[in-house]
Amino acid sequence: MNDKGKIIVGLIIFVAVFTFPFWYNHGSATQPPEPKLTDKAKKAEKCVEDTTYMRTEHMQILDEWRDTVTREDKRVYVNKSGKEYMASLSNTCMDCHSNKEDFCDKCHTYTSVDPYCWDCHTYPEEKK
Amino acid sequence: MLEKALRGSKGYWVWLLALLAVIGVGFGVYLRQLNFGLGITGMSRDVSWGFYIAQFTFLVGVAASAVMLVIPYYLHDYKKFGKITVLGEFLAVSSVIMCLLFIIADLGQPMRLFNVLIHPTPYSMLFWDMIVLNGYLLLNIVIGWNVLDAERNDVPPPQWVKPLIYLSIPWAISIHTVTAFLYCGLPGRGFWLTAVLAPRFLASAFAAGPAFLILLAFIVRKFANYDVGREQIQTLAKIVTYGAIANIFFFLCEVFVAVYSQIPEHTAHLQYLFFGLEGHGVLVPWMWTSIFLMITAIILLVIPAARKNEAVLGVACVAIFVGIWIDKGLGMISGGFIPNPLHHVREYVPTVPEIMITIAIYATGFLILTILYKVVVGVKQETGE
Amino acid sequence: MDDSRRSFLKFAGISALGLGGVSILTGLKPGAVTAADTASEPLYKNTEKALTAERWGMVVDTRKLTRSLCDKMVAACHKTHNVPDLDNDRHTIKWLWTDGFEHIFPMKHDQYLAERLHGLPILSLCNQCNNPPCVQACPTQATFQREDGIVMMDFHRCIGCRFCMAACPYGSRSFNFRDPRPAIKEENPDFPTRMKGVVEKCNFCAERLAEGKMPACVEVSEGALVFGDLEDPNSEIRKVLRENYAIRRKQSLGTNPSVYYII
Repeated sequence: MNDKGKIIVGLIIFVAVFTFPFWYNHGSATQPPEPKLTDKAKKAEKCVEDTTYMRTEHMQILDEWRDTVTREDKRVYVNKSGKEYMASLSNTCMDCHSNKEDFCDKCHTYTSVDPYCWDCHTYPEEKK
Repeated sequence: MLEKALRGSKGYWVWLLALLAVIGVGFGVYLRQLNFGLGITGMSRDVSWGFYIAQFTFLVGVAASAVMLVIPYYLHDYKKFGKITVLGEFLAVSSVIMCLLFIIADLGQPMRLFNVLIHPTPYSMLFWDMIVLNGYLLLNIVIGWNVLDAERNDVPPPQWVKPLIYLSIPWAISIHTVTAFLYCGLPGRGFWLTAVLAPRFLASAFAAGPAFLILLAFIVRKFANYDVGREQIQTLAKIVTYGAIANIFFFLCEVFVAVYSQIPEHTAHLQYLFFGLEGHGVLVPWMWTSIFLMITAIILLVIPAARKNEAVLGVACVAIFVGIWIDKGLGMISGGFIPNPLHHVREYVPTVPEIMITIAIYATGFLILTILYKVVVGVKQETGE
Repeated sequence: MDDSRRSFLKFAGISALGLGGVSILTGLKPGAVTAADTASEPLYKNTEKALTAERWGMVVDTRKLTRSLCDKMVAACHKTHNVPDLDNDRHTIKWLWTDGFEHIFPMKHDQYLAERLHGLPILSLCNQCNNPPCVQACPTQATFQREDGIVMMDFHRCIGCRFCMAACPYGSRSFNFRDPRPAIKEENPDFPTRMKGVVEKCNFCAERLAEGKMPACVEVSEGALVFGDLEDPNSEIRKVLRENYAIRRKQSLGTNPSVYYII
């Protein structure tokens, strides 16, 4: 059998298709968005943990909150410096970060994650 | 060996394309279900399992019935079943795949399916059902494929396959037993709360599965020019006969316990299914049809002259298959939910989208079955059997 | 992100995704996570004003039930918990509802039932069984029993298999056959809504107990409902049970309900 030609063409098509996202996005890197803080958040200066920590770990914290609140009935979060917060997305996080679009959605859209927290948990815009 | 599925007649490709078209349509409807929720089905707060789970239950039986070929062939050394055992095993493969698809179609949050593995819960029967079904699927793929491959190369199957074959026997029993345990371990559901449910599931499976296999053997003979043999088909027919009789016997045992004891929690469901309750009875004609089909088929099957006539046998097998399908695929699940625990009668009728998704899953099963059977027939013809 | 999705990603090859994700996140604003950040572990605890019990229970005094009172209690419950008001009967969600005596107690088909009970609405809710069949059935522990006896739903974890609904002998569970949000008239922002595809039921107001409040229905019950610790001999609920003969639903099934009815 002499299918060498076909195989090579096939390989080239495969590689081209597979690397398409790189070609497509080449040179068009967008600036990472800067989440906007509300006045309340600015005034508080610090979130439940440090900003850098929150930036990378907020989903882990939320995940932990979810389990401890629902499953262990422990609803108070004592942070590393001993300060207490109600472990609640709707009532604690969204209270300060009441600007979901400018704060949450911006980065989530940029990183193409689509958390469905808000399918159930309310955010201020909905508190009519 | 899979390359054998890539060459076929025009009819073969038309059939595959037709199945793919049905699957495509059904998948579109499924996307709608994903988007809207299970509200597009006929299920309700009262009848919370419907067509999907019923088909799942029925098909677990078809899958388990492969053991009716494995036992004679491997345990009793009934060599003649060599021509058909792998057909049974591959029927099991496609059935189990359909079962799994029906479970997924029935989930409200299918994206979270893996929670069952992340949070394993040994006291939940669904956890065990997942294990036995997936295990059985794997066993049958490995066994069927290796035995067929060995046959093709004219060598005995590898030694390590033998223990797997023996393991597949109790495993087949287990899949339908655990499926029955899903229902019969629930307090407050009088219809299912009976120790005879698992045996009855198995008996009906050992009738419906081999009956379907006989029909498949006829089809393979007609369209693929491969004959599994007259004697083999007759042996299967006897298995169907015993299975069908045992099924009716177990059913009558159930009816006796319910009717003679007259405990309302047990009789109400049978009354609903066969006579209607409080003016509701959509299933009544279906249930009597089922009984009629099964009894007629048994009469045909026990008469040797009738059974040996393949035309009659075909009719009997269709009757058995349809009769048991109505019993398990329609009555068994919704019958358990009606009347509901508060003794209200709320009926269930599947909706068009629900039926379309169901048909698409069946089409997927047939697609897999066709491809697997194409391979089997190709190998068998190559080795000149 | 949802637990199930995250865990699924773990399964599906978190490595590739994780590398990409983390680098993007840290790229938002340069600044590495230092060891100091994880120095002292954060703690979780219960609220100080939380009401606690060894085993929560309820007594429904049917002598005090009236149609309007029941409507009030149901409304209070459903409003507190964002229970949707769906027009399609098949898709109804019910946490607290009423039904006739013969339906609440189908095993007590008395030929000569006290006249007072004819047509009397009787409250029905999750029995918070001490031996709950739904917990046993759930394949993901999305339904679980707390130490204080409350049978809880973790909506995040529910896969919507509805095994619990088949297992419940009291018809106390509802499934979200569709997105409930459009059918919620007035959303209570303090309690989450649900999404399509998960099961829900009465939670004995676990979220209110944590704030030191009685369940919503009890609060408006005008004494028709008594709520308290079944294991505390000095509690009011035990006093009421000592002084009155009370029955439970389908007791013969061995589920050991925590809801009693004074008839």
